[in-house]
Amino acid sequence: MKKRWKRILLSLTFLFVGFTGLYASDGVKIDTGATAWMLTSTALVLLMVPGLAMFYGGLVRSKNVLGTIMHSFVAMGIISVIWVIVGYSMSFGKNVLGGWFGWNPDYFFLKGIDTKVMDAGIPEYVFSMFQGKFAIITPALIAGAFAERVSFKAYCFFIAIWSILVYNPLCHWVWASDGFLFNLGARGAIDFAGGTVVHISAGVSGLVAAIYLGSRRGYPYQVIRPNNLVITMLGAGLLWVGWFGFNAGSSVSSGLSTAQALTATQAAAASGALAWVIIESFHQGKATALGFASGILAGLVAVTPAAGVVQPYGAMTLGIAASIICYMAIQVKNKLGYDDSLDAFGIHGVGGISGALLLTFFIRPSWMQEAVAAKGVWTIWNQLAVQALAVGIAISYAAIMTFIIIVVLNKFVKFKATEDDEMAGLDRAYHGERGYGMLNPS
Amino acid sequence: MKLITAIIREVQLDKVREALIEADIKRITVSRVSGHGQQRIEEMYRGQIIVPDLIPKIKIEIAVNDAFVDITVDTILRAARTNENGSVGDGKIFISPLEECIRIRTGERGGTAI
Repeated sequence: MKKRWKRILLSLTFLFVGFTGLYASDGVKIDTGATAWMLTSTALVLLMVPGLAMFYGGLVRSKNVLGTIMHSFVAMGIISVIWVIVGYSMSFGKNVLGGWFGWNPDYFFLKGIDTKVMDAGIPEYVFSMFQGKFAIITPALIAGAFAERVSFKAYCFFIAIWSILVYNPLCHWVWASDGFLFNLGARGAIDFAGGTVVHISAGVSGLVAAIYLGSRRGYPYQVIRPNNLVITMLGAGLLWVGWFGFNAGSSVSSGLSTAQALTATQAAAASGALAWVIIESFHQGKATALGFASGILAGLVAVTPAAGVVQPYGAMTLGIAASIICYMAIQVKNKLGYDDSLDAFGIHGVGGISGALLLTFFIRPSWMQEAVAAKGVWTIWNQLAVQALAVGIAISYAAIMTFIIIVVLNKFVKFKATEDDEMAGLDRAYHGERGYGMLNPS
Repeated sequence: MKLITAIIREVQLDKVREALIEADIKRITVSRVSGHGQQRIEEMYRGQIIVPDLIPKIKIEIAVNDAFVDITVDTILRAARTNENGSVGDGKIFISPLEECIRIRTGERGGTAI
């Protein structure tokens, strides 16, 4: 069934490069089962964005709760529009400019896919909208790194430019059939649902932005306490639920590979969460709710690139390893003193890197056999080199581009909030509203 | 002993806190309150300007020995004022006599318990 999955993905991506003979008008039948699941997955991945808004929103101070939630919500607006206009084309079109990104005039404004059905049996609209949700959540993840201290206007410009210059090319390299990372080694760099494209790129970009912008006022000497861990926990729950669309939907089918990804996702999230609270209990003496939520995320992030190739015991090991490594990364952050406010790098960057590398040791045997069949000799060390190269490319590309974008953008719109705005809070300074009216008699 | 009660803008809380800590006044109580003075503020919901009847403010309460009254008041005045000359809505400071102060842990009374 691995073969089948591969074939589906390949043929599906051939579609993008314009083999018009495969389209619905020529008789490809819609697979209603697969289409129904992909529609559901699309909705589930979108659910992760308000989930993320709640997760981040609860972790900041009450004066910034709406501003932080808006960082996620405004991405649903900006990135959706960009995705429909050029994003899908840049990500899944044919190589242009030496393969920097893709382009296909048919995908411009999605105008040429009105009646197209892909070889996988789903309307291409569904696939493009499904992929669009990934494009939305990625820049929203970055916002966690510089929460509580950026101007809303500059943030809007930043995610728009970042999506076009960083996300779309990376997505093209990793997932388009002619992307160079998709074709690396025997069977490509393994990134099932976005370990490099989504989590590493967002985490690393967040780190660069957080260091460049500097810390919040008073950090780390003033205690900056979460305003509402209840909504943070609800957000983490929604993320977990939505992640089934994220990972299991990435099989672009409704069958065995979907079930494998779904199971790996559950196993990794659960073991990650447990590992985190156990570590924390030994280290700090308390099992915190936020620790449990962080463990869920670490496990989910680590299994994201791996969901298609690991079996449940591998997924559980990844979840546990990710929690251990992310926990240590956050301790190191506290020592180094840079202000990655909500640990976008600590969880998504570090967890994504760990998952993308460690998954090599848990690949199911059938996958390796096919790799050997394709290449002759192919060991896990060969694959590890491919994974490391893909991770290295994602890290350097995201870091360099983010740095350039911020430096240039800063010349036109001041990225960091002024000291007065930061003290007054993002809600009041940029939105003119209050998050929690009920705390005051009105 | 005096009880100093200051009603200030929410946005000035950080500044006032920092200034008080710098002046070595660290024992304070802070609460969210709503009230009505001379100030009129506007908030915006769905494109409509709303003027709330009661404006959210921060209340700071500090119990001090007489020797510290002036420095406390001066510090708050300096930090809570917006613009050079201050503006409507910056708040008020009330000073009232404090009859007794008792530390619950030890039961000690008076100036040393503050």
